[in-house]
Amino acid sequence: MTAQVTAQVSPQSRRAWPVQQFLGLAGILGFLLTWELIPRAGIIEPRFLPPASEVMAALIRAFGLSAFWVSVGETMIAWFLGLLIAVIAAVVLGFLIGSSAFLAKATSSSVEFLRPIPSVALIPLAVLMFGVKIESSLMLIVYASFWQVFIQVLYGVADIDMVANNTAKSYGLGRIARIRYVVFPTALPYLMTGVRLAASVALILAITAELVIGSPGLGREIALAQSGGAISGMYALVLATGLIGVLINMLMRFIEKKTLSWHSSVRSEVVV
Amino acid sequence: MTWLKSLAYLVGLPLLLMLIWWAATLGRPNFFFPAPGILMDTFGEVWFGERILSDVLPSLGRLLTGVAAAIGIGIAAGLLIGSIKWLRALLEPTLEFFRAVPPPVLVPVLMLLMGITDSMKVVVIISGCIWPVLLNTIEGVRAVDGVLSDSARTYGVAGWARVRYLVLPSASPQIMAGIRQCLSIGLILMVISEMFASSSGLGFTIVQFQRSFAIPEMWSGIIVLGLIGVAMSFIFQWTERRVLRWYHGQKEVENAG
Amino acid sequence: MLVNEKPAVMEQPMLSVRGLKKVYKTDGGDVEAVRNLTFDLRPGELACLVGPSGSGKTTLLKCISGLMTPTEGEVLLDGTRVVGPPKKMAVVFQEYGRSLFPWMRVRQNVELPLKNQGVPKAERDRLVDEALEAVGLAHVPHSYPWQLSGGMQQRVAIARAVAYQPEVLLMDEPFAAVDAQTRADLEDLIRTVWKKLRVTVLFVTHDIDESVYLGERVIILSSSPTVIQEDIIIDLPEDRDQLNTRALPRFTELRHHVYEQIQLAKKGHRPAAAVVS
Repeated sequence: MTAQVTAQVSPQSRRAWPVQQFLGLAGILGFLLTWELIPRAGIIEPRFLPPASEVMAALIRAFGLSAFWVSVGETMIAWFLGLLIAVIAAVVLGFLIGSSAFLAKATSSSVEFLRPIPSVALIPLAVLMFGVKIESSLMLIVYASFWQVFIQVLYGVADIDMVANNTAKSYGLGRIARIRYVVFPTALPYLMTGVRLAASVALILAITAELVIGSPGLGREIALAQSGGAISGMYALVLATGLIGVLINMLMRFIEKKTLSWHSSVRSEVVV
Repeated sequence: MTWLKSLAYLVGLPLLLMLIWWAATLGRPNFFFPAPGILMDTFGEVWFGERILSDVLPSLGRLLTGVAAAIGIGIAAGLLIGSIKWLRALLEPTLEFFRAVPPPVLVPVLMLLMGITDSMKVVVIISGCIWPVLLNTIEGVRAVDGVLSDSARTYGVAGWARVRYLVLPSASPQIMAGIRQCLSIGLILMVISEMFASSSGLGFTIVQFQRSFAIPEMWSGIIVLGLIGVAMSFIFQWTERRVLRWYHGQKEVENAG
Repeated sequence: MLVNEKPAVMEQPMLSVRGLKKVYKTDGGDVEAVRNLTFDLRPGELACLVGPSGSGKTTLLKCISGLMTPTEGEVLLDGTRVVGPPKKMAVVFQEYGRSLFPWMRVRQNVELPLKNQGVPKAERDRLVDEALEAVGLAHVPHSYPWQLSGGMQQRVAIARAVAYQPEVLLMDEPFAAVDAQTRADLEDLIRTVWKKLRVTVLFVTHDIDESVYLGERVIILSSSPTVIQEDIIIDLPEDRDQLNTRALPRFTELRHHVYEQIQLAKKGHRPAAAVVS
C-alpha cells in the first residue's frame, strides 16, 4: 500500500522536474543580473568588478583566440597526466598494501602522517627542482590526488567479502583469478569514488601551480591578466576555470555511473 | 606483548625511512635534501623564536577564523536553503558552479577587490572552503528520512526543536564530510594567499627561504605545514568519532546484519 | 445473526471520520485512493482497521493523523477538526527502524516529545520510567535503538507513544515487520497497555487474525477506491491470551467472517450503500 502511494506521488515530482530546472536557470540569471547591477550601481567600482555582460563578452572573445585554447590545453594536459600517474600509482600500491595484512599495518602510521600534509607545502621544492616547467604542476597534482585514490582503494580491498573470497578459493580460483573476479569488482566502486574526488583535487592543484609557480596554463594567464590590469579578461578566465570544473564533475559522474551500472549500491563518500 | 608489536608497527616504517634518509645524506651533502641532523637544528633555530609570534600564529589565526566562519555560515545557509524547496531549486545550479571553481583563483580576484589585507586572506579562505559545507548541508537536510520526519511532526516537534533534534543530527554525516574537505581547502588557501600576496605568514616565509636558497630552512617550513596538516586531521578525526558515534555504530550493525 | 452490528446510539465520539476522500493528482490522471469513509470511535475503544493490500489504509491513517490533507471530508478529534498533527494523538509507524532517532539513546527518544512540550523534568522522568517499564524495556535506557532487535525497537516506539499520554493512539501496521513470536508478545503488550490506560486505539493491519485477536471492533475496508465494507463488534472476552482466545469457536467464526469479507472486497464487491453514493 505504501508502495502504491509513493508510485502515485512520484509522477507528480517528475512533472515538477521542468519547474525545478526552470528555477535553477532563473537562479543563474538572477546571479548574473545581480552581478551586472552591482558595478553599474557603483556599489563596487567597475574597474575592480566589471559588469557580467562585459565579462561574458570577454569570455566569448577568448573562445575565439588560439592563445586561450593553448592555455586550456596546457592546464588539461597537466590535469590529465597528473591524475593518470596518481591513479596508476595508487591502484598498484593500494592493492599491494591492502591485500597484505602485514603491509597494511606497517604502513598505516606513515600514511596517516603523510596524507594530511598539504600539497602546497611542496611548492617551494617544486620550484627549486623544476622551475616553471610542467613537472612542477605534476608534482603537486600527483601528490594531492594520489591520497584520494589510495585511501579509497584501501577501503575497497578491506571491504572484500571474506566468504566470497574463500568460496572462490575453494573452487580453485588462483590468485590472479580471485583478483579478477572477487577483489576488483568489490573495490571498483571505491576506486571510482576516489578517482572522482581526485579529478577535482587535481584541477585545483593544476590551477594553483600555474597561479603561484607560474607553470604554463590558465592559472598563469589569470595572474598575468590581473597584474596587467586586463580585469574583464581575468574574470572571464575565472569563469572558464569554473566551467572546466563543472565539465570535469559531469564527466566523472558519467563515467562512474557507466562503470557501476551493474552495481546495486553506488558507494557514498560519507562513509569514508 | 601485543602492545610492543603494535608499537613496532607504529614506528617501524617511519624509523626505517629516517634511517634511509640519514644514510643517503651521510656521504657528500645533497643540495636539495639536507641531512636529518642539520634539518633538526635548523627547525629549532628557525621556528622556536619570534617567528612563532610574527608568522605562525597569525597564519593559524586567519586559518581558524576563515574555517570557523565558513563552517558556521555554510551550515546556517545550508539549513535554510535545504529546508525551502523552491529556494534550493533556485540556487543549487549556481552554487554547484561556485563549488566547481578552483578556489585558488579567488586569490587574485579578492586581491583586486579588497587589496592585500588580513581580511582579504580570511575572505579568501571563507569563500573557498564554504562550498563543500554548504552543499553537503543542503544535501543532508534534503535527505532527512520521511518516516522520521513524520514521527517528529506527529509529536509536535517543529521549528527550532525540529532543526536541533531532527534536521541537524540527521544531516551531520554529510556535514562532517563537507567539513573534512573544507579543512584541507582552507589550509591550501592559507598557504597560497600568503605565497601570492603577502609580506608575512608561513607561506610567505617559506617562499622567501626558497628564493634565497636557504634549503634546510625551506624544508623546516615544509615540515611546519605538514605538522599543521597532521594536527588538523587528528583533531578532525577525534571530533568526528565523537559527533558521529551513533552513525558509525549504526553502519556497523547494518553491515553485520 | 452471526455478526453484531455496531450499536446505533453512541456517546460523543473521540475520533470521527466524516466523508473522507483522498485523490492523488498524477500525470496519468487522478487516482482516487479513498472514496468516502465515515466512522466514529468512542473514547477508550480499541478498533482494528483491516483491508486488502492497496486499500488506502496508510492514506487514511495519514489523513487522520493530520500528516496529509484530505481532498474532501474531515476528521474530528474530540469535536475539533484536525488540520495538522494534533497534540492529543500519537502515531506508531510500521518502519520502527526509521521512526526512532538513531542519534538518541532509548531514554532520550522516549523523552523528546515530552521535553518538546515543556513537561517539567521530574514529571518527565516519571512518565518515561513508567512507559519503559510498561513495555518491558526498563533495563536498556542507555542503548541506542539500532543496538536493539526489531521487536525491541518497536517497543521503544510504543513507549514513546505511551509516555506522550495521547487520547488517541494510531498504529500503522506496527508489527508487519517483526517475526511471529515477537509479534504475539507485542499484540499482548498492546492489549495490556490499552486496558491499563483506556486510551482510544486505531490499529491498522492487513493481518486478519491480528485484527480479530486485538480489536474490540473491526472495520473492514473495501479495495480501492476505498469505502467501508463492514463494521463489526468483536464479542470475545476482554481477557485474551494467545492460546485460549485463538482456540475459541467464536474466534474462528469471527476470523472466518472477516476473511470472507476481505475476499469479497478483493473481488471488487462493494457494499450497497457505497454503490448508491
